[in-house]
Amino acid sequence: MQTLPKERRYETLSYLPPLTDMQITKQLQYILDQGYIPAVEFNESSDPTVYYWTLWKLPLFNATSTQEVLSEVQACRSAYPNCYIRVVGFDNIKQCQILSFLVHKPSGVR
Amino acid sequence: MAYSATQSKAGYQAGVKDYKLTYYTPDYTPKDTDVLACFRVTPQPGVPPEEAGAAVAAESSTGTWTTVWTDLLTDLDRYKGRCYDIEPVPGEDNQYFCFVAYPLDLFEEGSVTNLLTSIVGNVFGFKALKALRLEDLRIPVAYLKTFQGPPHGIQVERDKLNKYGRPLLGCTIKPKLGLSAKNYGRAVYECLRGGLDFTKDDENVNSQPFMRWRDRYLFVMDAVHKAQAETGEIKGHYLNVTAPTCEEMFKRAEFAKELKAPIIMHDYLTGGFTANTSLAKWCRDNGILLHIHRAMHAVIDRQKNHGIHFRVLAKCLRMSGGDHLHSGTVVGKLEGERNITLGFVDQMRENYVEADRSRGNFFTQDWASMPGVMPVASGGIHIWHMPALVEIFGDDSCLQFGGGTLGHPWGNAPGATANRVALEACIQARNEGRDLAREGNDVIREAAKWSPELAAACELWKEIKFEFKAVDTL
Repeated sequence: MQTLPKERRYETLSYLPPLTDMQITKQLQYILDQGYIPAVEFNESSDPTVYYWTLWKLPLFNATSTQEVLSEVQACRSAYPNCYIRVVGFDNIKQCQILSFLVHKPSGVR
Repeated sequence: MAYSATQSKAGYQAGVKDYKLTYYTPDYTPKDTDVLACFRVTPQPGVPPEEAGAAVAAESSTGTWTTVWTDLLTDLDRYKGRCYDIEPVPGEDNQYFCFVAYPLDLFEEGSVTNLLTSIVGNVFGFKALKALRLEDLRIPVAYLKTFQGPPHGIQVERDKLNKYGRPLLGCTIKPKLGLSAKNYGRAVYECLRGGLDFTKDDENVNSQPFMRWRDRYLFVMDAVHKAQAETGEIKGHYLNVTAPTCEEMFKRAEFAKELKAPIIMHDYLTGGFTANTSLAKWCRDNGILLHIHRAMHAVIDRQKNHGIHFRVLAKCLRMSGGDHLHSGTVVGKLEGERNITLGFVDQMRENYVEADRSRGNFFTQDWASMPGVMPVASGGIHIWHMPALVEIFGDDSCLQFGGGTLGHPWGNAPGATANRVALEACIQARNEGRDLAREGNDVIREAAKWSPELAAACELWKEIKFEFKAVDTL
Protein backbone atom coordinates (compact mmCIF):
# COMPACT_ATOMS: atom_id res chain seq x y z
CA MET A 1 0.00 0.00 0.00
CA GLN A 2 1.18 3.52 -0.79
CA THR A 3 0.08 7.06 0.04
CA LEU A 4 -0.41 9.20 -3.01
CA PRO A 5 2.11 12.07 -2.86
CA LYS A 6 0.84 15.64 -3.24
CA GLU A 7 1.71 16.84 -6.70
CA ARG A 8 0.72 19.75 -8.88
CA ARG A 9 -0.83 18.77 -12.21
CA TYR A 10 -1.42 20.55 -15.47
CA GLU A 11 -4.57 19.05 -16.97
CA THR A 12 -4.75 16.70 -19.94
CA LEU A 13 -1.77 14.33 -20.35
CA SER A 14 -0.10 15.64 -17.17
CA TYR A 15 -0.72 12.33 -15.37
CA LEU A 16 1.61 10.68 -17.86
CA PRO A 17 5.41 10.92 -17.66
CA PRO A 18 6.57 14.23 -19.23
CA LEU A 19 6.13 14.04 -22.99
CA THR A 20 9.25 13.65 -25.10
CA ASP A 21 9.55 15.72 -28.26
CA MET A 22 8.79 12.54 -30.20
CA GLN A 23 5.53 12.08 -28.25
CA ILE A 24 4.69 15.76 -28.63
CA THR A 25 5.16 15.38 -32.39
CA LYS A 26 2.56 12.59 -32.47
CA GLN A 27 0.05 14.77 -30.63
CA LEU A 28 0.79 17.61 -33.05
CA GLN A 29 0.12 15.27 -35.95
CA TYR A 30 -3.29 14.51 -34.41
CA ILE A 31 -4.06 18.25 -34.23
CA LEU A 32 -3.15 18.71 -37.89
CA ASP A 33 -4.98 15.54 -38.99
CA GLN A 34 -8.17 16.72 -37.32
CA GLY A 35 -7.94 20.07 -39.09
CA TYR A 36 -7.50 21.97 -35.83
CA ILE A 37 -5.35 25.09 -35.58
CA PRO A 38 -2.32 24.68 -33.27
CA ALA A 39 -1.00 27.49 -31.09
CA VAL A 40 1.66 27.86 -28.40
CA GLU A 41 1.08 29.83 -25.18
CA PHE A 42 3.12 30.48 -22.04
CA ASN A 43 2.69 31.82 -18.51
CA GLU A 44 4.68 32.37 -15.32
CA SER A 45 2.19 30.45 -13.15
CA SER A 46 -0.03 27.43 -13.71
CA ASP A 47 -2.95 28.73 -11.64
CA PRO A 48 -5.97 27.03 -13.25
CA THR A 49 -8.22 30.05 -12.80
CA VAL A 50 -5.92 32.16 -15.00
CA TYR A 51 -7.69 31.59 -18.32
CA TYR A 52 -5.34 33.47 -20.60
CA TRP A 53 -1.74 32.51 -21.05
CA THR A 54 0.35 34.74 -23.31
CA LEU A 55 0.24 33.72 -26.95
CA TRP A 56 3.59 32.89 -28.57
CA LYS A 57 3.34 34.79 -31.86
CA LEU A 58 0.02 33.89 -33.54
CA PRO A 59 -1.77 30.54 -33.91
CA LEU A 60 -0.15 28.53 -36.70
CA PHE A 61 -2.98 28.82 -39.19
CA ASN A 62 -0.87 27.63 -42.11
CA ALA A 63 1.12 24.88 -40.45
CA THR A 64 1.23 21.73 -42.57
CA SER A 65 3.96 19.81 -40.74
CA THR A 66 4.55 18.94 -37.10
CA GLN A 67 8.10 20.28 -37.46
CA GLU A 68 6.82 23.83 -37.98
CA VAL A 69 4.87 23.65 -34.73
CA LEU A 70 7.60 21.88 -32.78
CA SER A 71 10.12 24.55 -33.85
CA GLU A 72 7.88 27.21 -32.31
CA VAL A 73 7.60 25.16 -29.11
CA GLN A 74 11.39 24.96 -28.99
CA ALA A 75 11.81 28.66 -29.73
CA CYS A 76 9.35 29.51 -26.97
CA ARG A 77 11.23 27.22 -24.55
CA SER A 78 14.52 29.02 -25.19
CA ALA A 79 12.91 32.47 -24.91
CA TYR A 80 10.92 31.67 -21.75
CA PRO A 81 12.66 28.77 -19.97
CA ASN A 82 11.14 29.81 -16.64
CA CYS A 83 7.56 29.72 -17.85
CA TYR A 84 4.97 27.00 -18.29
CA ILE A 85 4.31 26.35 -21.96
CA ARG A 86 1.41 24.48 -23.51
CA VAL A 87 0.16 23.65 -26.97
CA VAL A 88 -3.51 24.33 -27.64
CA GLY A 89 -5.74 23.47 -30.59
CA PHE A 90 -8.60 25.56 -31.95
CA ASP A 91 -11.53 24.36 -34.04
CA ASN A 92 -12.85 27.18 -36.21
CA ILE A 93 -15.95 25.18 -37.15
CA LYS A 94 -17.01 24.56 -33.56
CA GLN A 95 -15.57 28.02 -32.86
CA CYS A 96 -13.76 27.03 -29.72
CA GLN A 97 -10.64 25.66 -28.10
CA ILE A 98 -10.63 21.89 -28.42
CA LEU A 99 -7.45 20.67 -26.74
CA SER A 100 -4.52 21.68 -24.62
CA PHE A 101 -1.46 19.97 -23.15
CA LEU A 102 1.66 21.05 -21.30
CA VAL A 103 5.00 20.85 -23.14
CA HIS A 104 7.35 22.65 -20.76
CA LYS A 105 7.74 23.37 -17.05
CA PRO A 106 10.14 25.89 -15.48
CA SER A 107 13.40 24.19 -14.54
CA GLY A 108 13.32 22.82 -11.02
CA VAL A 109 9.54 22.24 -11.03
CA ARG A 110 8.47 18.65 -10.71
CA MET B 1 -61.29 11.35 -48.91
CA ALA B 2 -60.74 8.77 -46.21
CA TYR B 3 -61.60 11.12 -43.37
CA SER B 4 -64.15 13.82 -42.68
CA ALA B 5 -63.30 17.43 -41.96
CA THR B 6 -65.18 19.00 -39.08
CA GLN B 7 -68.19 20.82 -40.44
CA SER B 8 -70.09 23.27 -38.27
CA LYS B 9 -72.71 23.87 -40.94
CA ALA B 10 -73.74 20.22 -40.94
CA GLY B 11 -75.12 20.69 -37.44
CA TYR B 12 -74.56 18.89 -34.15
CA GLN B 13 -75.08 15.17 -33.90
CA ALA B 14 -74.65 13.76 -30.42
CA GLY B 15 -73.09 10.33 -30.01
CA VAL B 16 -69.93 8.33 -30.30
CA LYS B 17 -68.12 8.59 -33.62
CA ASP B 18 -65.16 6.50 -34.76
CA TYR B 19 -61.95 8.43 -34.08
CA LYS B 20 -60.55 7.49 -37.43
CA LEU B 21 -63.18 9.56 -39.22
CA THR B 22 -61.66 12.70 -37.79
CA TYR B 23 -58.13 11.87 -36.67
CA TYR B 24 -56.74 9.36 -39.19
CA THR B 25 -55.47 11.42 -42.13
CA PRO B 26 -53.08 9.32 -44.24
CA ASP B 27 -52.83 11.97 -46.97
CA TYR B 28 -51.69 14.71 -44.58
CA THR B 29 -48.18 16.08 -45.14
CA PRO B 30 -46.72 17.22 -41.81
CA LYS B 31 -45.74 20.88 -41.62
CA ASP B 32 -42.29 22.08 -40.58
CA THR B 33 -43.90 23.66 -37.54
CA ASP B 34 -45.76 20.52 -36.37
CA VAL B 35 -44.61 18.58 -33.35
CA LEU B 36 -44.28 14.99 -34.59
CA ALA B 37 -44.57 11.92 -32.41
CA CYS B 38 -43.94 8.25 -33.04
CA PHE B 39 -45.90 5.92 -30.78
CA ARG B 40 -45.61 2.16 -30.49
CA VAL B 41 -49.27 1.18 -30.23
CA THR B 42 -50.58 -2.19 -29.07
CA PRO B 43 -54.35 -2.14 -29.70
CA GLN B 44 -56.78 -4.27 -27.71
CA PRO B 45 -57.91 -7.34 -29.69
CA GLY B 46 -60.42 -6.35 -32.34
CA VAL B 47 -59.39 -2.68 -32.51
CA PRO B 48 -58.02 -1.95 -36.00
CA PRO B 49 -54.70 -0.08 -36.13
CA GLU B 50 -56.22 2.96 -37.87
CA GLU B 51 -58.74 3.36 -35.08
CA ALA B 52 -56.05 2.89 -32.42
CA GLY B 53 -53.69 5.39 -34.07
CA ALA B 54 -56.50 7.89 -34.52
CA ALA B 55 -57.54 7.42 -30.90
CA VAL B 56 -54.01 8.25 -29.77
CA ALA B 57 -53.99 11.39 -31.93
CA ALA B 58 -57.40 12.40 -30.65
CA GLU B 59 -56.89 11.71 -26.96
CA SER B 60 -53.53 13.48 -26.92
CA SER B 61 -55.01 16.57 -28.61
CA THR B 62 -58.55 17.85 -29.06
CA GLY B 63 -60.65 14.70 -28.87
CA THR B 64 -62.82 13.22 -26.20
CA TRP B 65 -64.82 9.98 -26.19
CA THR B 66 -68.10 11.50 -27.42
CA THR B 67 -68.94 14.45 -29.60
CA VAL B 68 -69.79 17.69 -27.79
CA TRP B 69 -71.71 20.65 -29.24
CA THR B 70 -68.91 23.10 -28.37
CA ASP B 71 -66.74 21.29 -30.96
CA LEU B 72 -68.73 23.29 -33.45
CA LEU B 73 -67.62 26.64 -31.99
CA THR B 74 -64.02 26.03 -33.05
CA ASP B 75 -62.13 25.04 -36.14
CA LEU B 76 -60.99 21.59 -35.10
CA ASP B 77 -58.81 21.28 -38.18
CA ARG B 78 -56.55 23.98 -36.78
CA TYR B 79 -56.00 22.21 -33.48
CA LYS B 80 -56.43 18.49 -33.89
CA GLY B 81 -53.59 15.98 -33.81
CA ARG B 82 -53.47 13.80 -36.91
CA CYS B 83 -52.37 10.22 -37.25
CA TYR B 84 -50.71 10.48 -40.66
CA ASP B 85 -48.85 7.18 -40.96
CA ILE B 86 -48.98 3.66 -39.54
CA GLU B 87 -46.38 0.91 -39.90
CA PRO B 88 -46.46 -2.58 -38.38
CA VAL B 89 -43.52 -3.07 -35.99
CA PRO B 90 -41.16 -5.59 -37.61
CA GLY B 91 -41.16 -8.93 -35.81
CA GLU B 92 -44.10 -8.12 -33.50
CA ASP B 93 -47.70 -9.27 -33.68
CA ASN B 94 -50.25 -6.54 -33.31
CA GLN B 95 -47.85 -3.65 -32.64
CA TYR B 96 -47.77 -0.57 -34.83
CA PHE B 97 -45.65 2.55 -35.10
CA CYS B 98 -48.23 5.33 -35.36
CA PHE B 99 -47.01 8.75 -36.44
CA VAL B 100 -48.94 11.73 -35.17
CA ALA B 101 -48.59 15.41 -36.11
CA TYR B 102 -49.65 18.10 -33.64
CA PRO B 103 -50.16 21.74 -34.62
CA LEU B 104 -47.78 24.15 -32.88
CA ASP B 105 -50.61 26.09 -31.26
CA LEU B 106 -51.41 23.19 -28.95
CA PHE B 107 -48.35 23.85 -26.79
CA GLU B 108 -47.30 26.64 -24.48
CA GLU B 109 -44.00 28.27 -25.33
CA GLY B 110 -41.02 27.07 -23.28
CA SER B 111 -43.00 24.45 -21.34
CA VAL B 112 -41.83 20.84 -21.36
CA THR B 113 -44.46 20.29 -18.69
CA ASN B 114 -47.23 21.33 -21.07
CA LEU B 115 -45.77 19.38 -23.98
CA LEU B 116 -45.72 16.15 -21.98
CA THR B 117 -49.04 16.72 -20.27
CA SER B 118 -50.60 16.87 -23.72
CA ILE B 119 -48.72 14.14 -25.52
CA VAL B 120 -48.29 11.55 -22.78
CA GLY B 121 -51.29 12.47 -20.65
CA ASN B 122 -54.60 10.61 -20.39
CA VAL B 123 -53.99 8.73 -23.59
CA PHE B 124 -51.66 6.27 -21.83
CA GLY B 125 -54.55 4.90 -19.78
CA PHE B 126 -56.86 4.67 -22.74
CA LYS B 127 -59.01 1.51 -22.79
CA ALA B 128 -58.84 0.74 -26.50
CA LEU B 129 -55.07 0.28 -26.14
CA LYS B 130 -53.37 -2.62 -24.47
CA ALA B 131 -50.10 -0.70 -24.27
CA LEU B 132 -48.59 2.50 -25.61
CA ARG B 133 -45.05 3.77 -25.83
CA LEU B 134 -43.81 7.14 -27.02
CA GLU B 135 -40.74 6.25 -29.08
CA ASP B 136 -39.64 9.63 -30.39
CA LEU B 137 -40.61 13.28 -30.75
CA ARG B 138 -39.61 15.76 -33.46
CA ILE B 139 -39.54 19.22 -31.97
CA PRO B 140 -39.91 21.88 -34.67
CA VAL B 141 -37.35 24.69 -34.66
CA ALA B 142 -40.13 27.22 -34.13
CA TYR B 143 -40.99 25.58 -30.81
CA LEU B 144 -37.41 24.77 -29.83
CA LYS B 145 -36.51 28.45 -30.03
CA THR B 146 -38.89 29.17 -27.15
CA PHE B 147 -36.66 27.13 -24.79
CA GLN B 148 -33.46 28.28 -23.10
CA GLY B 149 -32.02 24.78 -22.98
CA PRO B 150 -28.81 23.91 -21.11
CA PRO B 151 -27.52 26.70 -18.87
CA HIS B 152 -24.04 26.55 -20.43
CA GLY B 153 -23.49 23.57 -22.67
CA ILE B 154 -20.42 21.45 -23.30
CA GLN B 155 -18.06 24.04 -24.68
CA VAL B 156 -18.71 26.73 -22.08
CA GLU B 157 -18.23 24.08 -19.40
CA ARG B 158 -14.83 23.15 -20.83
CA ASP B 159 -13.76 26.78 -20.98
CA LYS B 160 -14.90 27.44 -17.42
CA LEU B 161 -13.12 24.33 -16.14
CA ASN B 162 -10.02 24.63 -18.36
CA LYS B 163 -10.34 20.96 -19.37
CA TYR B 164 -9.82 20.04 -23.00
CA GLY B 165 -9.34 17.06 -25.25
CA ARG B 166 -10.51 14.30 -22.93
CA PRO B 167 -13.61 13.03 -21.13
CA LEU B 168 -14.13 14.40 -17.62
CA LEU B 169 -13.81 12.05 -14.67
CA GLY B 170 -16.21 11.76 -11.77
CA CYS B 171 -17.19 9.54 -8.88
CA THR B 172 -20.23 9.17 -6.67
CA ILE B 173 -19.34 9.21 -2.98
CA LYS B 174 -20.27 5.96 -1.23
CA PRO B 175 -21.75 4.60 0.94
CA LYS B 176 -24.58 6.60 -0.44
CA LEU B 177 -26.36 7.00 2.85
CA GLY B 178 -25.08 7.26 6.39
CA LEU B 179 -21.83 9.24 6.32
CA SER B 180 -21.42 12.31 8.50
CA ALA B 181 -20.77 15.57 6.65
CA LYS B 182 -17.12 15.70 7.68
CA ASN B 183 -16.39 12.09 6.77
CA TYR B 184 -18.16 12.64 3.48
CA GLY B 185 -16.03 15.72 2.75
CA ARG B 186 -12.88 13.71 3.41
CA ALA B 187 -13.88 11.13 0.81
CA VAL B 188 -14.44 14.01 -1.64
CA TYR B 189 -11.03 15.54 -0.93
CA GLU B 190 -9.21 12.25 -1.42
CA CYS B 191 -10.94 11.57 -4.76
CA LEU B 192 -10.30 15.05 -6.10
CA ARG B 193 -6.67 15.30 -5.03
CA GLY B 194 -6.07 11.98 -6.77
CA GLY B 195 -7.06 13.38 -10.14
CA LEU B 196 -10.83 13.27 -10.58
CA ASP B 197 -12.49 16.41 -11.91
CA PHE B 198 -15.74 15.92 -10.02
CA THR B 199 -17.32 14.03 -7.21
CA LYS B 200 -21.05 13.60 -6.91
CA ASP B 201 -23.77 13.45 -4.30
CA ASP B 202 -25.73 10.28 -4.68
CA GLU B 203 -29.24 11.00 -5.90
CA ASN B 204 -30.86 10.04 -2.64
CA VAL B 205 -28.55 12.27 -0.62
CA ASN B 206 -30.73 15.35 -0.05
CA SER B 207 -30.91 16.44 3.59
CA GLN B 208 -31.33 13.55 5.94
CA PRO B 209 -30.95 13.43 9.72
CA PHE B 210 -27.41 11.98 9.55
CA MET B 211 -26.17 14.72 7.20
CA ARG B 212 -28.08 17.94 6.70
CA TRP B 213 -27.52 19.71 3.42
CA ARG B 214 -25.89 22.83 4.82
CA ASP B 215 -23.26 20.88 6.75
CA ARG B 216 -22.54 18.77 3.70
CA TYR B 217 -22.12 21.80 1.46
CA LEU B 218 -19.68 23.43 3.88
CA PHE B 219 -17.44 20.41 4.36
CA VAL B 220 -17.57 19.38 0.71
CA MET B 221 -16.64 22.82 -0.59
CA ASP B 222 -13.73 22.98 1.84
CA ALA B 223 -12.55 19.69 0.31
CA VAL B 224 -13.03 20.99 -3.23
CA HIS B 225 -11.09 24.20 -2.61
CA LYS B 226 -8.23 22.38 -0.90
CA ALA B 227 -7.90 19.81 -3.68
CA GLN B 228 -7.96 22.56 -6.28
CA ALA B 229 -5.24 24.54 -4.50
CA GLU B 230 -3.01 21.48 -4.15
CA THR B 231 -3.37 20.00 -7.61
CA GLY B 232 -3.60 23.20 -9.63
CA GLU B 233 -6.62 21.86 -11.50
CA ILE B 234 -10.23 23.04 -11.26
CA LYS B 235 -12.38 20.73 -9.13
CA GLY B 236 -16.08 20.43 -8.44
CA HIS B 237 -18.66 18.42 -6.54
CA TYR B 238 -22.23 18.05 -7.76
CA LEU B 239 -24.09 19.45 -4.77
CA ASN B 240 -27.55 17.93 -4.93
CA VAL B 241 -30.12 20.71 -4.56
CA THR B 242 -33.11 18.42 -5.14
CA ALA B 243 -35.51 19.40 -2.37
CA PRO B 244 -39.11 19.01 -1.16
CA THR B 245 -40.14 22.45 -2.48
CA CYS B 246 -38.87 24.83 -5.14
CA GLU B 247 -38.26 27.48 -2.48
CA GLU B 248 -36.01 25.09 -0.57
CA MET B 249 -34.26 24.05 -3.79
CA PHE B 250 -33.36 27.65 -4.58
CA LYS B 251 -32.25 28.27 -1.00
CA ARG B 252 -29.76 25.42 -1.37
CA ALA B 253 -28.65 26.63 -4.80
CA GLU B 254 -28.02 30.13 -3.44
CA PHE B 255 -25.89 28.73 -0.63
CA ALA B 256 -23.89 26.63 -3.10
CA LYS B 257 -23.23 29.81 -5.07
CA GLU B 258 -22.15 31.63 -1.90
CA LEU B 259 -19.58 28.85 -1.34
CA LYS B 260 -18.34 29.28 -4.93
CA ALA B 261 -19.46 25.84 -6.06
CA PRO B 262 -18.89 25.53 -9.82
CA ILE B 263 -21.67 22.96 -10.27
CA ILE B 264 -24.88 21.78 -8.63
CA MET B 265 -27.15 18.82 -9.29
CA HIS B 266 -30.84 18.07 -9.73
CA ASP B 267 -33.00 15.00 -10.27
CA TYR B 268 -35.20 16.12 -13.14
CA LEU B 269 -37.82 13.37 -13.20
CA THR B 270 -38.57 13.10 -9.49
CA GLY B 271 -38.12 16.87 -9.09
CA GLY B 272 -40.29 17.57 -12.10
CA PHE B 273 -39.88 19.55 -15.29
CA THR B 274 -41.22 22.83 -13.93
CA ALA B 275 -38.70 22.85 -11.08
CA ASN B 276 -35.94 21.73 -13.42
CA THR B 277 -36.59 24.44 -15.99
CA SER B 278 -36.61 27.13 -13.29
CA LEU B 279 -33.36 25.80 -11.87
CA ALA B 280 -31.74 25.70 -15.32
CA LYS B 281 -32.61 29.36 -15.83
CA TRP B 282 -31.23 30.22 -12.39
CA CYS B 283 -28.02 28.36 -13.28
CA ARG B 284 -27.50 30.35 -16.44
CA ASP B 285 -28.19 33.62 -14.59
CA ASN B 286 -25.70 32.67 -11.89
CA GLY B 287 -22.97 31.00 -13.94
CA ILE B 288 -23.27 27.61 -12.23
CA LEU B 289 -23.15 24.33 -14.13
CA LEU B 290 -26.07 21.92 -13.73
CA HIS B 291 -25.63 18.16 -13.46
CA ILE B 292 -28.80 16.17 -14.05
CA HIS B 293 -29.56 12.79 -12.57
CA ARG B 294 -32.41 10.65 -13.92
CA ALA B 295 -33.84 8.66 -10.99
CA MET B 296 -37.19 7.08 -11.96
CA HIS B 297 -36.33 6.89 -15.66
CA ALA B 298 -36.39 3.10 -15.77
CA VAL B 299 -39.93 3.11 -14.41
CA ILE B 300 -40.89 5.11 -17.48
CA ASP B 301 -38.57 3.83 -20.19
CA ARG B 302 -37.76 0.19 -19.49
CA GLN B 303 -40.80 -1.61 -20.91
CA LYS B 304 -40.50 -2.04 -24.61
CA ASN B 305 -44.21 -1.77 -25.33
CA HIS B 306 -45.32 0.82 -22.77
CA GLY B 307 -44.05 4.13 -21.42
CA ILE B 308 -41.66 6.65 -22.93
CA HIS B 309 -38.31 5.85 -24.54
CA PHE B 310 -35.33 7.53 -22.88
CA ARG B 311 -34.49 9.38 -26.10
CA VAL B 312 -37.65 11.42 -25.55
CA LEU B 313 -36.75 12.05 -21.92
CA ALA B 314 -33.26 13.10 -23.04
CA LYS B 315 -34.67 15.50 -25.63
CA CYS B 316 -36.99 16.93 -22.99
CA LEU B 317 -34.05 17.49 -20.65
CA ARG B 318 -32.09 19.30 -23.34
CA MET B 319 -35.06 21.64 -23.76
CA SER B 320 -35.73 22.02 -20.03
CA GLY B 321 -32.04 22.57 -19.34
CA GLY B 322 -29.07 20.71 -17.89
CA ASP B 323 -25.34 20.60 -18.65
CA HIS B 324 -24.83 16.90 -17.81
CA LEU B 325 -27.25 14.00 -18.11
CA HIS B 326 -26.82 10.36 -17.13
CA SER B 327 -27.15 8.25 -20.24
CA GLY B 328 -25.92 4.75 -19.45
CA THR B 329 -22.53 3.21 -20.09
CA VAL B 330 -23.06 0.57 -22.79
CA VAL B 331 -20.34 -1.47 -21.05
CA GLY B 332 -21.03 -1.38 -17.29
CA LYS B 333 -23.61 -2.92 -15.02
CA LEU B 334 -26.42 -0.86 -16.61
CA GLU B 335 -26.47 -2.09 -20.17
CA GLY B 336 -28.05 -0.30 -23.10
CA GLU B 337 -27.77 -1.38 -26.67
CA ARG B 338 -24.84 0.51 -28.14
CA ASN B 339 -26.42 2.03 -31.24
CA ILE B 340 -29.56 3.03 -29.40
CA THR B 341 -27.48 4.70 -26.69
CA LEU B 342 -25.39 6.52 -29.26
CA GLY B 343 -28.62 7.57 -30.97
CA PHE B 344 -29.85 9.49 -27.94
CA VAL B 345 -26.35 10.69 -27.09
CA ASP B 346 -26.45 12.34 -30.52
CA GLN B 347 -29.70 14.02 -29.50
CA MET B 348 -27.96 15.39 -26.42
CA ARG B 349 -24.75 16.65 -28.03
CA GLU B 350 -25.20 17.34 -31.73
CA ASN B 351 -26.69 20.31 -33.50
CA TYR B 352 -28.39 18.31 -36.24
CA VAL B 353 -29.37 14.65 -36.11
CA GLU B 354 -30.56 12.76 -39.19
CA ALA B 355 -33.34 10.21 -38.87
CA ASP B 356 -31.73 6.76 -38.49
CA ARG B 357 -33.79 3.78 -37.39
CA SER B 358 -30.69 1.74 -36.59
CA ARG B 359 -29.93 4.32 -33.87
CA GLY B 360 -33.56 4.61 -32.82
CA ASN B 361 -34.01 8.11 -34.22
CA PHE B 362 -37.33 8.16 -36.08
CA PHE B 363 -37.14 11.81 -37.07
CA THR B 364 -34.54 14.24 -38.30
CA GLN B 365 -34.03 16.75 -35.49
CA ASP B 366 -32.56 20.21 -35.97
CA TRP B 367 -31.41 21.53 -32.58
CA ALA B 368 -31.09 25.08 -33.89
CA SER B 369 -27.83 25.88 -32.04
CA MET B 370 -29.18 24.93 -28.63
CA PRO B 371 -26.16 24.13 -26.38
CA GLY B 372 -25.26 20.45 -26.01
CA VAL B 373 -25.65 18.29 -22.92
CA MET B 374 -22.68 16.21 -21.79
CA PRO B 375 -23.57 12.52 -21.46
CA VAL B 376 -22.58 10.94 -18.15
CA ALA B 377 -21.60 7.28 -18.16
CA SER B 378 -21.86 5.95 -14.63
CA GLY B 379 -22.32 2.61 -12.95
CA GLY B 380 -20.26 -0.55 -12.69
CA ILE B 381 -17.28 0.68 -14.71
CA HIS B 382 -13.57 0.44 -13.89
CA ILE B 383 -10.17 0.93 -15.51
CA TRP B 384 -10.47 -2.01 -17.90
CA HIS B 385 -13.57 -0.38 -19.41
CA MET B 386 -11.66 2.83 -20.13
CA PRO B 387 -10.59 2.11 -23.73
CA ALA B 388 -14.12 1.11 -24.72
CA LEU B 389 -15.62 4.15 -23.00
CA VAL B 390 -13.25 6.55 -24.75
CA GLU B 391 -13.94 4.80 -28.03
CA ILE B 392 -17.74 4.88 -27.58
CA PHE B 393 -18.33 8.27 -25.99
CA GLY B 394 -15.40 10.33 -27.26
CA ASP B 395 -14.07 13.43 -25.50
CA ASP B 396 -17.36 15.18 -24.76
CA SER B 397 -18.52 12.93 -21.96
CA CYS B 398 -18.20 12.49 -18.23
CA LEU B 399 -17.10 9.05 -17.02
CA GLN B 400 -18.00 8.23 -13.45
CA PHE B 401 -16.21 5.50 -11.59
CA GLY B 402 -17.87 5.03 -8.18
CA GLY B 403 -16.77 1.61 -6.97
CA GLY B 404 -14.00 1.87 -9.57
CA THR B 405 -12.42 4.70 -7.53
CA LEU B 406 -13.48 4.09 -3.93
CA GLY B 407 -12.92 0.35 -4.20
CA HIS B 408 -9.18 0.70 -4.94
CA PRO B 409 -7.16 -1.29 -2.38
CA TRP B 410 -5.12 1.80 -1.39
CA GLY B 411 -8.07 4.20 -1.07
CA ASN B 412 -9.72 7.02 -2.94
CA ALA B 413 -6.74 9.12 -4.03
CA PRO B 414 -4.73 6.28 -5.58
CA GLY B 415 -8.00 4.96 -7.04
CA ALA B 416 -8.60 8.31 -8.68
CA THR B 417 -5.04 8.42 -10.02
CA ALA B 418 -5.43 4.94 -11.49
CA ASN B 419 -8.49 6.10 -13.41
CA ARG B 420 -6.87 9.33 -14.54
CA VAL B 421 -3.71 7.56 -15.72
CA ALA B 422 -5.79 4.96 -17.58
CA LEU B 423 -7.83 7.71 -19.22
CA GLU B 424 -4.84 9.77 -20.30
CA ALA B 425 -3.00 6.72 -21.58
CA CYS B 426 -6.05 5.98 -23.76
CA ILE B 427 -6.26 9.57 -25.01
CA GLN B 428 -2.57 9.65 -25.85
CA ALA B 429 -2.80 6.29 -27.64
CA ARG B 430 -5.92 7.27 -29.59
CA ASN B 431 -4.33 10.54 -30.70
CA GLU B 432 -1.24 8.63 -31.77
CA GLY B 433 -3.47 6.62 -34.07
CA ARG B 434 -3.75 3.40 -32.08
CA ASP B 435 -6.99 1.45 -32.23
CA LEU B 436 -8.48 1.37 -28.72
CA ALA B 437 -11.02 -1.30 -29.60
CA ARG B 438 -8.23 -3.72 -30.48
CA GLU B 439 -5.23 -2.55 -28.42
CA GLY B 440 -7.07 -1.10 -25.42
CA ASN B 441 -5.92 -3.71 -22.93
CA ASP B 442 -2.31 -3.34 -24.07
CA VAL B 443 -2.49 0.43 -23.57
CA ILE B 444 -3.70 -0.06 -19.98
CA ARG B 445 -1.04 -2.72 -19.27
CA GLU B 446 1.76 -0.51 -20.63
CA ALA B 447 0.69 2.38 -18.38
CA ALA B 448 0.47 0.05 -15.38
CA LYS B 449 4.21 -0.61 -15.77
CA TRP B 450 5.07 2.92 -14.58
CA SER B 451 1.97 3.71 -12.50
CA PRO B 452 1.81 1.67 -9.27
CA GLU B 453 -1.71 2.99 -8.61
CA LEU B 454 -2.94 1.68 -11.93
CA ALA B 455 -1.05 -1.59 -11.46
CA ALA B 456 -2.87 -2.19 -8.16
CA ALA B 457 -6.21 -1.50 -9.84
CA CYS B 458 -5.37 -3.84 -12.72
CA GLU B 459 -4.61 -6.52 -10.19
CA LEU B 460 -7.91 -6.09 -8.34
CA TRP B 461 -10.24 -5.83 -11.30
CA LYS B 462 -9.39 -8.50 -13.81
CA GLU B 463 -10.36 -7.95 -17.38
CA ILE B 464 -14.02 -8.42 -16.50
CA LYS B 465 -16.66 -8.57 -19.18
CA PHE B 466 -20.32 -7.81 -18.66
CA GLU B 467 -22.10 -9.80 -21.28
CA PHE B 468 -25.78 -10.10 -20.49
CA LYS B 469 -28.09 -9.23 -23.30
CA ALA B 470 -29.32 -5.63 -23.49
CA VAL B 471 -33.03 -5.07 -22.93
CA ASP B 472 -33.17 -2.05 -25.19
CA THR B 473 -33.35 -3.01 -28.83
CA LEU B 474 -35.68 -1.63 -31.45
